[in-house]
Amino acid sequence: MKRGVKQILLGGAASCLLLASSLHSVQAGTIKVGAIFAVTGPASFLGGPEARSAEMVVEKINKAGGINGNTLELIIKDSAGSSEKAVSFAKQLIEEDKVVAIIGPSTSGESMAVKKIAEEGKTLLISCAAAEVIVDPVASYVFKTPQKDSFAAQKIFEAMQRLKINTIAIAAGNDGFGKAGKDQLEKMAPSFGIKVVAAETYDSKATDLSALVAKLKADAAIQAVINWSVVPAQAIIAKNMRQAGWQVPLFQSHGFGNIKYAEAAGAAAEGIIFPCGRLLVVDSLAAANPQKALLIQYKTEYEAKYHEDASAFGGYGYDAINIVAAAIKLAGNDRGKVRDAVEGLTKFPGVGGIFSFTPQDHNGLDIDSFAMLTVKDGKFIPYQGQ
Amino acid sequence: MSLDLFFQYLFAGITYGAIYAVVAIGFNIIYNATGIINFAQGEFVMLGGMISISLLPFMPMPLAIAAAVAITMAIGALIEILFIRWLESPSVLRMVIITIGISILLRESALHVWGESIRSLPYFYGNEITTFSLGSVHLSPQVLWVIAACSVMVGGLNLFFKSTPIGREMRACAANRTAAILCGINTRNMVTLSFMLSAGIGALAGCVMSPITYTQYDSGTSLAIKGFTVAILGGLGNSMAAVAAGILLGILEAFSVSVVPLAFQDAISITILLIILFVRPHGLFGSSEAARLKDF
Repeated sequence: MKRGVKQILLGGAASCLLLASSLHSVQAGTIKVGAIFAVTGPASFLGGPEARSAEMVVEKINKAGGINGNTLELIIKDSAGSSEKAVSFAKQLIEEDKVVAIIGPSTSGESMAVKKIAEEGKTLLISCAAAEVIVDPVASYVFKTPQKDSFAAQKIFEAMQRLKINTIAIAAGNDGFGKAGKDQLEKMAPSFGIKVVAAETYDSKATDLSALVAKLKADAAIQAVINWSVVPAQAIIAKNMRQAGWQVPLFQSHGFGNIKYAEAAGAAAEGIIFPCGRLLVVDSLAAANPQKALLIQYKTEYEAKYHEDASAFGGYGYDAINIVAAAIKLAGNDRGKVRDAVEGLTKFPGVGGIFSFTPQDHNGLDIDSFAMLTVKDGKFIPYQGQ
Repeated sequence: MSLDLFFQYLFAGITYGAIYAVVAIGFNIIYNATGIINFAQGEFVMLGGMISISLLPFMPMPLAIAAAVAITMAIGALIEILFIRWLESPSVLRMVIITIGISILLRESALHVWGESIRSLPYFYGNEITTFSLGSVHLSPQVLWVIAACSVMVGGLNLFFKSTPIGREMRACAANRTAAILCGINTRNMVTLSFMLSAGIGALAGCVMSPITYTQYDSGTSLAIKGFTVAILGGLGNSMAAVAAGILLGILEAFSVSVVPLAFQDAISITILLIILFVRPHGLFGSSEAARLKDF
């Protein structure tokens, strides 16, 4: 008899707890969004601004009353650029925290590792990494905000055609971004009539590239160099080229999009040509430009809050969280419906460009999202073609 | 390969080689005095660069560099006193793990203090595009500063060890610790001094190469590996051999660009390390009998 009463009491207590916790989650009105960013580590120039931009947006949304009355909760996980950590955080966010969507990761390598997990877990993933393969082949739950590197390559080749350049060398870092970019460049060059006579990969942590520059300079046929890497190699190759007395045009990837990198290369940065979103030259945009108001708003808010220059990279995170927020507003706290809402967004203005998603295009940006920029007197200005 | 290209590669190789040689000498000094391989050596180089960059707004550059070297020497002494001094005849494995732990500690502290961005000292002469021609070879003047600073350090250390009383005491410690104690040499202070010296030359190397290679919180790691390779290549404990081995490795890496794709450049130094360890572990210039007498 006593044992029976004890069992009933325990059972009653347990079911009360379960009921209370489920009631709690219904009544609190919190929508959870996960974020995996490389806030520390070698990719922190990407993940740091992305995380800060996302936090800034969530704070602003919650101050204005949340989304349809619900508080938005952003759970940021720091992967430090490691694919293994990104994978375990993704599983944690999907299965334990039960987020409605995940933004990030910051790098292409991590995003490819997490792509399968998001697809199997049927959770929306909006990546902030650049590689084409993240959205091609299309996975129904995986999107990305950075512009396609094939557009960057296309813009570079079009500029080269105008300059009558047809023989080039490519130098790329050995990370995911560099390898993806090099493949795109080599694949697309022939269709623009451009011959790639040298394509070298170097350690992305290399401290000196003067041996490579010496080798390339010795080939007098080379008319321009495309470098596809991130810091510090972007600045090092610029310096090594000019120090060797080699004045051919140097094209960089959209990874050059932060004024700090032009400063790091100092006088060697003059004349570097690269594709980038319009954030960095917002002051020179026409007033009628559909992105101008948003870019100015992002730039002033970010710089006021964090006292550092806004960069195109932070913009990727800003766009990702805004897209998720807009989708949640339309569809509520349901993973499948939020995914459908994202896919249905058209003409959505962002820092990277104007997004129009379709079932085949999970990047949503076209080539106009890129402008060609160059460096003059240590500042970024639009590139005029000569 | 034209003569111009040959000399261009040669100078690139000598630049890398000088830097590796200085890091290797840092390894050798501590190894000679204590039998320890200090894997935090690369971090001393990084700290020298970072500290001098932070001090630059407050004082002229030569003073900032001198102060950075002094502060790094103090940090080296502190590390020795905190982590190494109180150990009683530690095993080699234990020491290796401790120094690796110290290097991680220094690296993460640097990350917290300075963030992840790359920084550099301004060029000592001219700016990022100044170049001058030695015949048809184009060099940045900073390269000459690196070679000059490394040569001065090597020459200075040689003189220090051969002619000054303290230098002789350190050599006595390295040769036979017990005999040195019996002679009245304070071996504990010699150990601290060896850490300070290693830290100091590492820091100076970090300052001179900062304009060329940029300094970042984790730039010490790859340097430590290359420096260790060079130290082993020359024969552990032999500083002059380290210089020769450093230049040799630097030149090999630079010329390798002309025959193999650049992607393999780092693999070359690791392959050489493995070959030396298998074939001739006492190094190119070391003697096998002397090597057998040492514990490590």
